[in-house]
Amino acid sequence: MTTTDDLVVTGRAWVFGDDVNTDDMYPGFAMKMSTQEASRFMFDATRPGWPDLVEPGDIVVAGRNFGLGSSRPVAELFTTLGIAALVAEQYNSLFLRNCLNFGLPAVTITDATRFITEGDVVTLEIENGTARVEATGAECTFARFPEFLVEMLRRGGLIRQLEAAGHLRSPAESTA
Amino acid sequence: MPSTLIEKILSRAAGLDSATPGEILTCAVDMTVVIDVQFAMTRLMDVVAVHDPDKVAIVMDHAVPAPTVRDATHGTRARAFAHQHGIERFFDVGKHGIVHQVIAENGLATPGSVVACTDSHTCAAGAFGAAARGLGPAEILQILCTGKTWHRVPPTIRYELVGTKPAHVNGKDLFLAIAAQYGDATDHALEFGGPGLASVPMADRRTIATQGAEVGADFTLFPADALCLDHLRAIDHRLALEPVDADHGATYAAVRRIDLNQVDAMVARPGTVINNAVPVAELEPTPIDQAFIGSCANGQLTDLEEAARVVAGHRVAPGVRLIVTPASQQVYREAVERGYVSTLMDAGAVVTNSTCGACFGYHMGVLAPGEVCVTASTRNFRGRMGSTEASVYMASPATVAASAIAGSIVSSKHVMEGTSA
Repeated sequence: MTTTDDLVVTGRAWVFGDDVNTDDMYPGFAMKMSTQEASRFMFDATRPGWPDLVEPGDIVVAGRNFGLGSSRPVAELFTTLGIAALVAEQYNSLFLRNCLNFGLPAVTITDATRFITEGDVVTLEIENGTARVEATGAECTFARFPEFLVEMLRRGGLIRQLEAAGHLRSPAESTA
Repeated sequence: MPSTLIEKILSRAAGLDSATPGEILTCAVDMTVVIDVQFAMTRLMDVVAVHDPDKVAIVMDHAVPAPTVRDATHGTRARAFAHQHGIERFFDVGKHGIVHQVIAENGLATPGSVVACTDSHTCAAGAFGAAARGLGPAEILQILCTGKTWHRVPPTIRYELVGTKPAHVNGKDLFLAIAAQYGDATDHALEFGGPGLASVPMADRRTIATQGAEVGADFTLFPADALCLDHLRAIDHRLALEPVDADHGATYAAVRRIDLNQVDAMVARPGTVINNAVPVAELEPTPIDQAFIGSCANGQLTDLEEAARVVAGHRVAPGVRLIVTPASQQVYREAVERGYVSTLMDAGAVVTNSTCGACFGYHMGVLAPGEVCVTASTRNFRGRMGSTEASVYMASPATVAASAIAGSIVSSKHVMEGTSA
């Protein structure tokens, strides 16, 4: 289960359905908690206990209209649990931007929930736009990101880019 | 090339003559609004320089006055940020309100402008012909630093309104009717227009534009017509305003005709608004425990006026809680001056501080397991307003107020007829 600098992700898949909303992934009450604590309540309404089963490097797969709802930074909870990438048939655009901006690759495969079965080990080559189910060798392609988004993912997200461009002080500099 | 509203605004913001769906443009942002919960992101405090402090506002709304130490700390950071970067448009506790209401009241979104805020209901400013959308906290951080972001030009679905909106029909009813019939609009812009638009007041446009997020639309836009421009001039005569509308002959992904005369009061069942709303009569009489009127969608002065009109001379049913949250301090004060607050309180309603509060199940009006709520707020997701074992129906302020009186979901006509009898 690895993520590499060349944006290749190999991980075990968790499969969810259509219309998973942000309030399910990041419940309102969890907004009172640290990111670490809040990550323990992902999918509290529909799949309670799921965070305990996740291993670093896992991949989350969903159906249509993934992430309808709020702007709360769900991606931070996913990365805190060690989720390495998302795959969905279709995203809510705010949720998709939020994920990419926090450095979490989120690719679109139009028949994702048929192509991938829960527990499959899947390899995603983000830059090339190819996906492979390791057990069967089945492959498919997906739309590649525009170059500026690939570059952002390579850097680990928007905040790292802002640091590199001199727009953000490092936290150590700010407290110094 | 003839343009839809969103094509026109985004291409202008990118310094281009035109743009087509699918193109990714780098757009200058005219107004960026930071809210209290965004200060959970400590990296905001590491910003070296804000690109243009005159194009930034800070609004305290989701959790004010602070219900937790964590939220109080967000306030501390917001005040420090405003001071450090010279942000004059700072709507701190006392001047606060739900961000989209504050944007509307202060003319922070003007026709043809690009507006950015982390919050998902930023699309509310589309009522004023602004290209406004929620972008998430990291991207707002970027815009604060650079003054720019990217937008993918979405294909546009146009709703061509004909006829006249009946007085008892709220923007909520119209939105729920559209969501019930046409479902989601993921990755699209919604555009409203047509001869019936003049009969849709600004408050109803705000409700509809706000709720566009609930069908997954990237933007929800109304043209800046005479009604819109007059409304904005009344707020601030110094605003630089010009009409903005789609071009005749623009290309749409779909054009859907809505006869406003045929729209009636609607209720969404729990879970989602997408393909999930029905006329009120189909759900009568569903017993309720709580009724909520508030949020960026329906906490406006006209919403409180309508609620007061419905409950006047009645009492909230035994065992039912009616919670009314004005969308801003300004709405609250005007509702007091006009007597709406006393009418609501005489009926047994709780009128609360202006905040997002109960809408997102955070710091008041939270639902217990097994409870049923009918709400005029923005979302009816499972668990949104408290327990995952509670049920949340969504309807207009009039229907919510009438349901609080009846103790079950009913049309406001029943209660109003009871008054005159």
